[in-house]
Amino acid sequence: MSTAVALLGPQRAMRVVERNARAYLRMWAPLVTGFFEPVFYLFSIGIGVGALVGDLPGPDGRPISYELFVAPAMLATSAMNGAVIDTTFGFFFKFKYAKTFDGMLASPLGVPDVVRGEVAWALLRGLLYSGVFLLTMAAIGLVQSGWAVLALPAAGLIGFAFAGAGMGCASFMRSYVDFSYIQLAIVPLFLFSATFFPLSQYPAALGWAVRLSPLYQGVALERALILGDPSPVLLVHAIYLAVMGWFGLRVAGRRLGALLQP
Amino acid sequence: MSDRVAVADASPPTAAPRSAFDTLAAAVPMLRVAEREARVWRRFWRSSALTLVLMPLMFLGAMGLGLGGLVDENTGPVEGVDYLAFVAPGILAASAMQGAAGQSLWPVMGGMKWLRTFHGAAATPLRPGDVFGGWVLWIGAREAMNATIFVAVAAALGAVPSPWGVLAVPAASLTGLAFAAPMSAYSAVQDSDLGFPVIMRVAILPLFLFSGTFFPVDQLPDWLQPVAWISPLWHGVELCRGATTGTLGLAAAGHVAYLAAFIAVGCWFGVRNFASRLAP
Repeated sequence: MSTAVALLGPQRAMRVVERNARAYLRMWAPLVTGFFEPVFYLFSIGIGVGALVGDLPGPDGRPISYELFVAPAMLATSAMNGAVIDTTFGFFFKFKYAKTFDGMLASPLGVPDVVRGEVAWALLRGLLYSGVFLLTMAAIGLVQSGWAVLALPAAGLIGFAFAGAGMGCASFMRSYVDFSYIQLAIVPLFLFSATFFPLSQYPAALGWAVRLSPLYQGVALERALILGDPSPVLLVHAIYLAVMGWFGLRVAGRRLGALLQP
Repeated sequence: MSDRVAVADASPPTAAPRSAFDTLAAAVPMLRVAEREARVWRRFWRSSALTLVLMPLMFLGAMGLGLGGLVDENTGPVEGVDYLAFVAPGILAASAMQGAAGQSLWPVMGGMKWLRTFHGAAATPLRPGDVFGGWVLWIGAREAMNATIFVAVAAALGAVPSPWGVLAVPAASLTGLAFAAPMSAYSAVQDSDLGFPVIMRVAILPLFLFSGTFFPVDQLPDWLQPVAWISPLWHGVELCRGATTGTLGLAAAGHVAYLAAFIAVGCWFGVRNFASRLAP
């Protein structure tokens, strides 16, 4: 019996994923265009400004081109973006205006199913973006190591971390005005997580703050995998991301249990 | 609150002294629409100040200071100035574009369809053209405010080598208007906002990244350079960069004319579209 329940749980959450997939089939343009952002940044900053930056020291001391430095960071960013869009803006719209969750809860789905399903969907969206981005990188010759096969699972982990955290935050939102704060968190993460320039460019104290940033964990993870420089430290980054996602999910689960259940 | 007290005290109301703004607004009715937006803004300015003022400054810090250090070590001056001074006017003009674009999509749909505040305005003696004009005017004013703060901070960081940099404020506002007028005209006649994120991602973002903002346009592949010249943002960036680096020349007149043409065409469509949507 208990195994049957355990099997049923995830299946129910998959219904939520299915619902989102069907909804997005009808409005595919916002879904598809989300993928362009990191690509545009790769071409503009990575290749355009990269021509001005020249080479940077790589993991083993050999110089690497600037676009090779930026591309893994954009991969991590695309995983973050995909996950955050759906769990914050999308989630809040469904929660407050479209009343999608009320509809879901009127079915046999429970709050945990809804939370799991929404996070699974956000994670899939993040994986979709990072998967296509990884292919783009490979196509223009920016993937040079066999360790890169782990880059996609790593992107999944980044997506999970930000989906959990995003949903945890979204459960505290009162109105769209509060979304300024989400943007106010995402943009500095995007700009200051050793994405566009290495830690050595920061003042020492700030460098340590950057090392604690959640996106930095993802950037460091992807960069090491893409450039072929694995080390045990990567496990620390991975655990950080896993705990972040798990904690966000717990908070979201509790909050939404109280907010949604009659 | 104080407004209400003032109205209650004035008896008869016509005896209340007319302010200079009242006199001006009697001649230019669209100012009333801009005034309405300014009054709303006064209540919400904190959150908008956070995003619209801090975002460009964060980009300036990351690209100008962080990445700029690497550029200065490797290539030295870009178009005659260090990278911080090169990128600051680019970010200024690009932010004016992004701010104006954001204000010309969802809020216009809000005024026309969701909240119908434009219909409310059109129910007064204001004409649809006044509603459009006041709306766009307010966007231009806001971009000028944001630009003032940006230029002041950039100057404090040493990113504005020339005193002509004060002209970057009107230049940024003009850049914003060149997007606000045509885009507000477009949004006024849309039935859904589904296309808006697509516009932001496939039009505004590439303009932001490839209009000479972060690197000179002549670094683009040859076939892409003419595309950049068509971009109104490139003209705005050149204008702002000419001001902050003190290299404004005859070309500036051409840039102003190009942006003015976008504003003029946008206004023509805007007045027409607002009139068709707000017709009684």
